[in-house]
Amino acid sequence: MEELVNIFIKGVFIENMIFAYFLGMCSYLAVSKTVETGVGLGAAVIFVLGITVPINYLLENYLLKEGALSWLGDRFSTMDLSFLSLIMFIAVVASMVQLVEMLVEKFSPQLYSSLGIFLPLIAVNCSILGGALFMQERQYSTIVEATSFALGSGVGWFLAIVGIAAIREKIRYSNVPAPLRGLGITFIITGLMGIGFMCFMGISI
Amino acid sequence: MKSTLFSKKNRKLLSDPLGDQNPITIQVLGICSALAITVQLQQALVMSMSVVFVMVCANMIISALRNVIPSRIRIIVQLVVVSSLVVFVDQVLQAFLPDVQEKLSVFIGLIVSNCIIMGRLEAFALGNKLWPSFLDAIGNAIGYGWILLAVAFFRELFGSGKLFGYQVFPDGWYEAGGGFYLNNNLMILPPMALIVVGLIIWVQRSRKSFPEDLLEEN
Repeated sequence: MEELVNIFIKGVFIENMIFAYFLGMCSYLAVSKTVETGVGLGAAVIFVLGITVPINYLLENYLLKEGALSWLGDRFSTMDLSFLSLIMFIAVVASMVQLVEMLVEKFSPQLYSSLGIFLPLIAVNCSILGGALFMQERQYSTIVEATSFALGSGVGWFLAIVGIAAIREKIRYSNVPAPLRGLGITFIITGLMGIGFMCFMGISI
Repeated sequence: MKSTLFSKKNRKLLSDPLGDQNPITIQVLGICSALAITVQLQQALVMSMSVVFVMVCANMIISALRNVIPSRIRIIVQLVVVSSLVVFVDQVLQAFLPDVQEKLSVFIGLIVSNCIIMGRLEAFALGNKLWPSFLDAIGNAIGYGWILLAVAFFRELFGSGKLFGYQVFPDGWYEAGGGFYLNNNLMILPPMALIVVGLIIWVQRSRKSFPEDLLEEN
């Protein structure tokens, strides 16, 4: 349990997708103009990460990794398909996003109307594919750990986009130098937020 | 033939993305997988080369196939083309530059979801002939690459006093040699990449010749 909480906290604060790895920056910059859209996209990211990373974990461990195919018999026990992982992961992400969009539309039209427009955007959000690739690289030992990592990074991403959206709403009333307006100041603020987040470094429970 | 190959329109395709249509500082594409690998020039160079390669090949393949691809499944076709190219680059790097590949870790794989590639495929290659697509790909990939190299230049120079791994500042400048200089460790940390890009954007947009309609509201 303690290990799980640790992985979660690490994902949210220390190895934050935005501030430490710059993943999902494109949508982060494009959709952070108001808090409302920021919350929508952030929630969608948590949701999709929480679904795709466990699925990719199963794929990785029962299909792709060296020796992962041993459940098919001894003949397959030395097979290493990991060069295929990128294509598999992106296929899972793209199809899951499509599936989730259809399911949400069917069963919860209310959620769909608030998340709907953001879901297609997420297929090309690097933080989703990044989550899968980091999961592969860090070799989590159980699927629960991988899920907790996914939720942690999702929540971290959510916090980052809500934070920047709130700041951008406020900064509209300040007198920023004209060439710096928009993109420039958003980059610099994100950098400063990242420095702020670095004070969490080394925290563990 | 030569004159049409490099007509004014085609030259513009090549030069626009380097400046006023730069993918990173103006179009805000492809930032995701870019900034984390700008600590050292060498990594940035390898990353830019990989993007140039993937982008040029992908743009040309999609442009060649543009009349055959049904528009409903075009995203999947694009993803398949791009990810096969990226797997190829990844395997080549693993074979010939294993130490750089290790440092770039997941970021080579993330070229797949780099929006600059998908963006150009979608916006340009699907509707244009082979040669303009080639120029557009080169222009955009280099526009992306030079920002990457510029950021890496400042971060490596001030962060560790080196360029391409060779020491630039003489030993005498450092405290150990009786000097005044200390490496700025903040430059190595991830947030500084964002701030350096912010400053580059500021400089770029401050030029008198910068088109005013591209300036943004807050």
